[in-house]
Amino acid sequence: MSDYILEMDHITKQFSGVKALDDVNIKVKKGEIHALCGENGAGKSTLMNVLSGVYPYGTYEGDIVYKGEHCKFHNLRDSEAKGIVIIHQELALSPLLSVAENVFIGNERTSMKGVIDWTETRRRAHEMLARVGLENEDVNVPVNSLGVGKQQLIEIAKAMAKKVELLILDEPTAALNDEESRKLLDIMLQLKEQGITCIIISHKLNEIEYVSDSVTIIRDGKTIETLVKGVDDYSEDRVIKAMVGREMTNRYPVREGVEIGDVIFEVKNWNVYHPDDEHRQMLKDINIKVRAGEVVGLAGLMGAGRTELAMSIFGHSYGQKISGTILINGKEVHLKTVKEAVKNKLAYISEDRKTYGLNLIGDVKENMTIAARPFFFSKNGVINANDEIVAAQEYTDRVKVKTNSINQVVGSLSGGNQQKVVLAKWMLTQPDILIMDEPTRGIDVGAKYEIYCVINELAKAGKAIIVISSEMPEIIGTCDRLYVINDGEIAGEVSRDEFSQEKIMQLIMAHQRKGDGNE
Amino acid sequence: MNNKTVKMDMKQYGMFFALIVIYLVFAILTKGANLTPMNINNLIMQNGYVVILAIGMLLCVLTGNIDLGVGSVVAVTGSFAGIIMMDYKMNMWVAIAVALLVGLLVGIFAGFFIAYLGIPPFVTTLATMLMGRGLTYTLLQAQTKGPFDQSYNFIGAGFLPVIKIPFADGTLDLISIFVAIAASVILIFSEVKSNATKKKYNFATNPTWQIVLKLAVMLFIIWFFFYKLARYNGLPFVLLIMVILIVIYGFITSKTVAGRQIYALGGNRKAANLSGIDTNKVFFWVYVNMGVLSAIAGIVLSARNGSATPKAGDGFEMDAIASCYIGGAAVAGGAGTIVGAVVGAFIMGILNNGMSLFGWSTDIQKIVKGAVLLGAVTLDVLSKRKKG
Repeated sequence: MSDYILEMDHITKQFSGVKALDDVNIKVKKGEIHALCGENGAGKSTLMNVLSGVYPYGTYEGDIVYKGEHCKFHNLRDSEAKGIVIIHQELALSPLLSVAENVFIGNERTSMKGVIDWTETRRRAHEMLARVGLENEDVNVPVNSLGVGKQQLIEIAKAMAKKVELLILDEPTAALNDEESRKLLDIMLQLKEQGITCIIISHKLNEIEYVSDSVTIIRDGKTIETLVKGVDDYSEDRVIKAMVGREMTNRYPVREGVEIGDVIFEVKNWNVYHPDDEHRQMLKDINIKVRAGEVVGLAGLMGAGRTELAMSIFGHSYGQKISGTILINGKEVHLKTVKEAVKNKLAYISEDRKTYGLNLIGDVKENMTIAARPFFFSKNGVINANDEIVAAQEYTDRVKVKTNSINQVVGSLSGGNQQKVVLAKWMLTQPDILIMDEPTRGIDVGAKYEIYCVINELAKAGKAIIVISSEMPEIIGTCDRLYVINDGEIAGEVSRDEFSQEKIMQLIMAHQRKGDGNE
Repeated sequence: MNNKTVKMDMKQYGMFFALIVIYLVFAILTKGANLTPMNINNLIMQNGYVVILAIGMLLCVLTGNIDLGVGSVVAVTGSFAGIIMMDYKMNMWVAIAVALLVGLLVGIFAGFFIAYLGIPPFVTTLATMLMGRGLTYTLLQAQTKGPFDQSYNFIGAGFLPVIKIPFADGTLDLISIFVAIAASVILIFSEVKSNATKKKYNFATNPTWQIVLKLAVMLFIIWFFFYKLARYNGLPFVLLIMVILIVIYGFITSKTVAGRQIYALGGNRKAANLSGIDTNKVFFWVYVNMGVLSAIAGIVLSARNGSATPKAGDGFEMDAIASCYIGGAAVAGGAGTIVGAVVGAFIMGILNNGMSLFGWSTDIQKIVKGAVLLGAVTLDVLSKRKKG
């Protein structure tokens, strides 16, 4: 027997004539952590769906050899029976059921036929949780009372309960902050010691470098190469080069010829309370200023209050008992509804495009024009359809959305292209101030670059831009100045010449110590 | 030069196709009984109120919800009109105004609970359904109120003016023929114009043969209907109400900001909110609108019956909801068309009508209608799955 646990040979998968996978080969050694890398739409998820039987045997060409055996999976159950478990990007937990119940969902511990043995369920759930570092969690609480990071670990515990031998994780850290991500990656390393083989799909190259033993890069449905740690050049730049097919010497395009003008947007003494708890203050005395043509970052840890700040400014979309003043071009404005905010040339691009940004069953045109429609594409409430089509076409080209036509349904686009549609939607409202919340979350390096280019273009046109990002290199690479936010307060302001990850972390830590000291 | 073409919207045309096929099947089964001018006339008069309700219901369905109360509102508004005319001896205009006002108030009531208190529409309208039916029985003291004046009954059973000439073994109404000519001209003209605009902006157009085929089918349907009506008593007044509502709501849903906001809300409410759409307001007006359209249906039904009865409109909500789904509206909201809902209503109507002519009992009819609804939605869901 070879030392490969899994060999996928010459896998080709077509969707109505389009090759999503074209002769893909991947070999995974027993007991290793194997990373799968590629731009969005490169075919990583399709490949994993072929492996797990979501696309059943016969709908693809090629051969899957698992533990020396030729496999013909017809559904997820077949592959799970062999010990292959896939954990998708979106959590598959039932939020109101208990942790224990979730760990054994679809795999229930029963005493007699069909009757659940709760004692056994709880005992075994506790065992599984211990294996993913959650031995101190109460297995009886509902899953939604835990944070996203812990929920992700419960997904892994669920896989453990299925006697997993090959664990596939599709972007497991996409929704996690640095600390939680690190914990998850360390759990993966522990699983490796227990003899479990892992395949991890991720866009975060630093994580891949940290955790994986080898990496296979896929581009446009084809395998480009497999790099092995300790043998090949395993640097981020090397992986990026393989992913995009060219050297990305500068991941952040240089902004040139931008004149930074006067302050056009100012928030003063901004206080916001939690929408469900009027005594819990979420934001305290926030003061920020943005100039025309300036890109200002809001850095901070997850949950620091950055999204809450943006949404409370944008038409009071978050929180209650909001107080403070907003000045646009020196004049005070009251933005109690989103409509007023849009009318005052403010735009907010949400961090969660699927939930807050897009109508996934609507087409590209409809999604792009919906916000701008009352102001630009209608007269007395009647739409000018032709203007809309022209504008949608223009912006599709301008932000480089890869779509068959402006009539394509947005849900069928890749993440990066969906993000570009949201961007175009807000550019069409002709804003002067844009707040971009995690503008490149979960999208590939190429699409990220294009979005940075759009940011530069907007700055050049004299817009004031606020970028919220949890990726420090991104915020450092794109911003002119940044505010560090921690625990609902401004922890500090950093100008471009002092930019560094250390500086940002220092400000956060100093602020946290101060907060702890006060209590 | 323009070589850009788009695919035909098979969903929309598939429905017309189904309508024609079902009609032809019953034409064979009933040996042509459903082809008679009188039957065509009945088809329109009997389905007028369901079409009106389906138009309003489509807006509810677009938001991803339904309105269960419409059948009861039909009964309540009809009984108010009856009481005004019979007990208070007031004229029909007062009766119509009061009926519309009652519909509006019910709509505001439901809309307020749904939009501003966040009560699920299913629960709110289940309540209006029960309350409305109870109110109707109370108002009418469980008895039929009638007969109404002929001038009121005209709304549900009357015909537009006619110019009849002898034709074959009967008469032919020239007004109907004129209207058919006018409709044909408008149809051809608007199609040509829309294609010219598309070309001007260099947008994708359908291949010529598809446009011609589409026009031919539409013209055939128009002429078939109008010829049959011309051979009977001319154009029913209900048809006029229906056409006006279809045109208005077709325009609202496709060409106005407010209309598209309903689609945006149905597609993703949170995203719609953050796009500057006041989704509570949209919800409110959708249900207010449903109340008013239910009142119109209530007036038409009571006028056709010439009386108000406590059981009037019983189960209409289900016919209206089924029409929307058969007409291709998405159950989760965000997708569907007025034309689809109207065609759906007619498919239901033709089924009812054909089965009655064939001599099947209403019990059997319900089984068939249920199966058709399930089949239509299943086909729709499966066809989507294949594409995905």
